[in-house]
Amino acid sequence: MSGRPSRWLTGFAILIYAFLFAPIVVLIVFSFNASRHNFVWLGFSLDWYGKLLSNRTLIDALWISLQVAAIAIVGATILGSLLGLGLARLRFRGAGAVQTLLLLPMVTPEVIMGISLLVFFAQLFNLHGSVGQISIAHIMFCISYVAIVVRARAANLDPRLEEAARDLGASALGAFRHVTLPLIAPAIAAGAMLSFALSIDDLIVTSFNAGVGSTTLPIAIYSAIKFGVTPQINAISTIIVAVVSVALLIAWRLGAFRSAARAVIAEPEAA
Amino acid sequence: MTSAAAPAEARQPARTTGEARAPLGERALGGILLLPGVLWLAVFFLAPLGIMAVISFGSVDASSHITLAEPSLRHYQQALRPEYLPAFVHSLYYASVTTVLSIAIGYPIAYWISRYGGTHKVLLLILMMLPFWTSYLIRTYAWMTILGDNGVLNSVLLDAGVIDDPIPIVNTDFAVILGMTYGFLPYAILPLFVSIDRLDESLVQAGRDLYATGRAAFRHVTLPLTMPGVIAAALLTFIPALGDFVTPDLLGGAQTTTIAKIVQVIFTSGRDWPYGSALGFLMMAITLVGTLLALRSLRREVIG
Repeated sequence: MSGRPSRWLTGFAILIYAFLFAPIVVLIVFSFNASRHNFVWLGFSLDWYGKLLSNRTLIDALWISLQVAAIAIVGATILGSLLGLGLARLRFRGAGAVQTLLLLPMVTPEVIMGISLLVFFAQLFNLHGSVGQISIAHIMFCISYVAIVVRARAANLDPRLEEAARDLGASALGAFRHVTLPLIAPAIAAGAMLSFALSIDDLIVTSFNAGVGSTTLPIAIYSAIKFGVTPQINAISTIIVAVVSVALLIAWRLGAFRSAARAVIAEPEAA
Repeated sequence: MTSAAAPAEARQPARTTGEARAPLGERALGGILLLPGVLWLAVFFLAPLGIMAVISFGSVDASSHITLAEPSLRHYQQALRPEYLPAFVHSLYYASVTTVLSIAIGYPIAYWISRYGGTHKVLLLILMMLPFWTSYLIRTYAWMTILGDNGVLNSVLLDAGVIDDPIPIVNTDFAVILGMTYGFLPYAILPLFVSIDRLDESLVQAGRDLYATGRAAFRHVTLPLTMPGVIAAALLTFIPALGDFVTPDLLGGAQTTTIAKIVQVIFTSGRDWPYGSALGFLMMAITLVGTLLALRSLRREVIG
C-alpha cells in the first residue's frame, strides 16, 4: 500500500536475515563434517551423530532435561492457564498488582532469579540442587508466558458464546468445558510449547539450581564448550535446532505468536 | 494486547460493577483461578528476592555459615569500591552498546517488515524469531566456531590470501557485543514491529501532504509515534544483556569481567554469598531504575 521499498532498505533486511541464520547454518553444516577439526571440510559424515549416541554424559543430561521440561510444562501450563483465564474473566481489586507480578519475572535478569532461588533453597531448606528444584524454577519463569498467551485469547472470546450455552441449559461448568475450553485450547497448547522451548534451553537459572545428578543438557553442553570445541556439540545442537523448530512450527500453527508478540509489547505498557 | 482486551471486558458490564460486591461464587472462582499461580510466584520469585536482600546484610562466620548476627552495609561498600568499578562499567557498556545497536538495526528491519512485508508479514517475523528460540547457548557457540582463531571466518580469509595471520576476534569487546547483539536483536524487533505496525499510515501521509520531506515526516511523525516501541525494545534488550554472563564468558574470555560474571563465580565456586547477594541486588536496582524510567517515558509518550 505504500509503494516500493528502497533498495537499500531491502538489501539491509536481507543482510540481517543472513546474519541471523549464518551461525545456525554453519553449525548444521559442520555437524556433518568428517573432519575432527571443526573448520576444515573433509566430506560428509554421520560419525558425530553416532558418537553422540554413545556419549553417556550428554544422553543422561538430555534425559534430565526432558524430565524437567515435562514437569515444567505441566506445572506452568496449569498454573499459567488458570491465571490467564482469571485475568481475562474477572474484574477484581489488585488486578494491576497481579499483572505486575506476572511481568516482573520477565524483566528480571535471569542471573538474579537463579541466585535468589539458590539462596532461598539453601538457607531455608538446606537443599542444594535437584531435578525438583530446577523444575520449580522453570515453572516459575514459564507461568508468565503461558498466562499472557492464554489471557490474550480468553479476553478476545465473545462472552455471549458461553451465555448462549447457559441459555440452552448448560451448567456453568458444562458451558466452560464444552464452549470456552475448546476455544482457548490452542492458546493453552501454545503456552505449553513456549514452556517447553524456554525450559529445554535454560542455562542461567538452571545452573544455580542444579546439584549432583541433575546436570541438564545446556549445562552439559556449556561445560563441554568450555573444555573445548568438538563436532559432537554441533551434532547435538543440530538435533536441538530441529526439535525446537518443530515445536515452534506447531506453536505457530496454533497461533501463539500473534498473542506472544502483542504480549511482549503490551505488557510493559500495562504495568 | 491491552487494546484488544478492552472491548471484550467492556462487554461484561455485570462483572465490572462493584468489585467488592462480587458474588460469593465468583470470589471462590477467582481464588481457584488466581491463587495457585500468584502463590507460586510469591513463594518462588518474590520470597527468594526477599531472602537475598536479607542475606546481603549478613556475613559469613568461621564455620562458613551465613549469619545475621551483625548486620552491616559493608558488602555494598565493598561492591562500590573503585576496583570493582571496571566490572560495573563493562557491564553497562556492553548492555548499552548492545541496546543501541539492536534498535539501530531492529528499527529499519521492523519498519521494512511492517510496511513492505504484505501478506508475508507473519512469516517474515517468524523467520526473525526462529534463531531466537533455538538456544542462546548454541548460538553463542556457533559464533565461537565462526570467529575463533582457526574458525570459519579466519580460515576463509587465510585461504583467500586476504590475511597472513588469523585476526584475533574472540576474546575482544567486539566479539562480546556482536554475540549479544545477535542474541538480543529479536527482543528489540518484536516490540518495534508491533508499534510500527500499529501506526496509522495516513498520519504520515498527512505530514507529506503538508509538504514535509520524507525525512521530516519520519522525524516528526513516525518516530515520535513509535517511541513507546523504541523504549520497550530498549528495556527488553538492556535487561537480559546486563544479566548475561554466558556471552562475556564464551566470547569475551577470561579477562572480561562483568557484574553478572562475578556474581556467577561467587555463587558457583565461592561461599561469600552475602557479598554476591549485595552485587546481585545492585544489579537488580539498576534494572528496576531502568524499568521505572522507561515506564514513565512510556506513559508520557502514550498519554501525551
